[in-house]
Parts: sequence; structure tokens; C-alpha cells
Amino acid sequence: MIRHNVAEIWVYLAQTPLLWLTATLAVYCLADSVYQRLGQLPLINPVLVSITLLVALLVVTRTPYQRYFDGAQFVHFLLGPATVALALPLWHYAGRLRQMLLPVAGALLAGSLTAILSTVILGRLLGVSTIALRSLAPRSVTTPIAMGISEQIGGLPSLTAVLVILTGIIGAVTARDLFDRLRISDQAARGLAIGVASHGIGTARALQLHAEAGAFAGLAMGLNGVVTAILTPLLARWLGL
Amino acid sequence: MLRAMTVLLACQLAGEIIARSFALPIPGPVLGMLALFGMLLRRGAPAWLDDNGQGLLRFLPLLFVPAGVGIMSYVDLMRDEWIVIVATLLISTIVTMLVTAGTFLLFARLATGRKGAHDTAQRG
Repeated sequence: MIRHNVAEIWVYLAQTPLLWLTATLAVYCLADSVYQRLGQLPLINPVLVSITLLVALLVVTRTPYQRYFDGAQFVHFLLGPATVALALPLWHYAGRLRQMLLPVAGALLAGSLTAILSTVILGRLLGVSTIALRSLAPRSVTTPIAMGISEQIGGLPSLTAVLVILTGIIGAVTARDLFDRLRISDQAARGLAIGVASHGIGTARALQLHAEAGAFAGLAMGLNGVVTAILTPLLARWLGL
Repeated sequence: MLRAMTVLLACQLAGEIIARSFALPIPGPVLGMLALFGMLLRRGAPAWLDDNGQGLLRFLPLLFVPAGVGIMSYVDLMRDEWIVIVATLLISTIVTMLVTAGTFLLFARLATGRKGAHDTAQRG
């Protein structure tokens, strides 16, 4: 009898957005508190852990992604206004930005070129298929731009979306140790590098590390999207993709 | 809170409208960010906007989770190639970060070096 009721409740809950919205927040809170308690170990990055746990939950409960997203879209929606809000940390460092216009422009262009070229050339050396290479080329920029570029050069936009997220997680996980080990302590340099290489997920990480790094990461993410949208189709043709 | 959210959404909406009407390849929120930055440079940020906007950014990592879970739909597609793809992503992301940071530091050093020389020349 009780078992019967549980099944009924599950059927009801599984159809409302409430369940997966709550699950998303709860899993993230859990992942973040473990992350803080264990001294911010890179490999237990809360975004990575949350995604892994939620995928496991969905697989176990046989919930299709679309049903999950019906609930989680309320969180997803906030990405728009949050991206706009990145103007605020940037404004606080507008003075530094004004002094550093040329280095910022140079770093953006060099970083954008490196992101596209190193991905395509390395991928080709390692034997990645052409369709995957086309989907990989724009993966350093924020999802909507990357998907648009991917479509334009004949990749699979949906695969690109996944590669963009993996890239963001890789950047978020590796950035701090990489810069600390190489003694790169300039927060503007760190932020720009994270923003160019790993877009919004990297920027979110940079904001946690240092306000100035976060400000420059947000700027780099936005501008790199524009630069990459222009460069990728040209480079793809040049590389014979 | 409500006022800040309204401003952020209005900027995003303006960005979307501009992106659509000029068929730009840039997403509306990124244009909205640049628009808000322009306004802040002119008028500064009122405390209610600054506090609430930066409050939203504290949860920025969470906001990527729903899209990230979408990875489950592409496991099959990735199965054959995922090791080489992840290796490519890892190496290329690190190289990109190093080149970006290195270029910035090099240009910054050149700029301050030139400025320093200029200052000395003026003083001399």
C-alpha cells in the first residue's frame, strides 16, 4: 500500500518542474559545501560534481533530459541577466582596463587565434574526425556563439555545446594551479586567460578566485566571442576543414 | 532586488533586439553586458544595482549546471572519440591560457617600459 503511494507520488512529482529545479539547487549546494570544506580541491569542482551527480540521478530514475530541463530551465534562464551583470565587476576595474587597452587587445587576439588553431591542429594530429574537428573549433567561447559558428562551418551544434561545457570545466579546474605554479600573479592576466580559454564557466571560477580576475575574465569572454565568430570561419577555410 | 533585476533584463532585452535587427553573430546578453558597461562608465553604478548584480554573480557556477547535464544526451556520440577529444581540449585549453596571459604580460611590460623611458626622458 505504502509502496503504491510512493509510486503515485513519484509519478506526480516527476511531471512538475518543482522536483528537478529543487534537485538542481540541492545537488549544487551539497557539491559546493563539500568543495569548500575540503579546501577547494580542483577535481571536485562544484559544477563538475553537480553535473555528474545529476546525470547519475537522471539515468537511475530513467528521466529524459528534456523533462529534467523543464524544471531546471528556471536556473538556466538566469544566465542571461547574470551575463549582463558581468559589466559590474568590469566597471570597478575600468581604470586598470583603460591603462591596459593595448595589452588586453593583443592578449585577446593571440588567445583567440591560439584557441582555434591549437584545437584544430592538435585534434587532427590525434586523429579526431573532421565532423568532430568542426564542432571543436569554436569551443572556447560561450555556448550560443559557439553553436552558431559550429553550424556555419559544418559541425554539429549540439556536440559543440557539450565540448564548450567540457572546455569550461577544464579551464575552471586547472587555472589556479597552473598560474600559481608558473608564478603568474597579475590578476588581469589570469582573468583574461581564463575568460579567453574557458568562457563563462571559467569566468565563474575566476570571480571566486579574485574580483579583478573575474572582471577581466568577463570582458575577455564577451570580446573573445566576437573575435572568434569572425576568425573561425576564415581559419577553417585556411586549414581546409 | 526587483529594480536591479529589471535593469539587467532590460539590458538583455535591448541586446537581443540589437542582435536580431542587425543579424549580429553576438548573443543578446553579451551585447547587454557591453551596453550596461557603457552606461556605468557614464553614470556610475547605484548601490542597489551593484549589490544585487554582484549577488547574482556569486551563483554563476550554478547557472551552468542545467546546460551541462545535457551532456548525457551525447554520450553515445562521444563514445568512440572521447579520449582524444578530452586530450585535445585539455592541452589546447592550457596552451591558450598560457599564450593569453603571456601576451598580456609581454605587452604590459613593453608599455610600461616605454612609458618609463618616456618619463625619464622628460625628467632628463
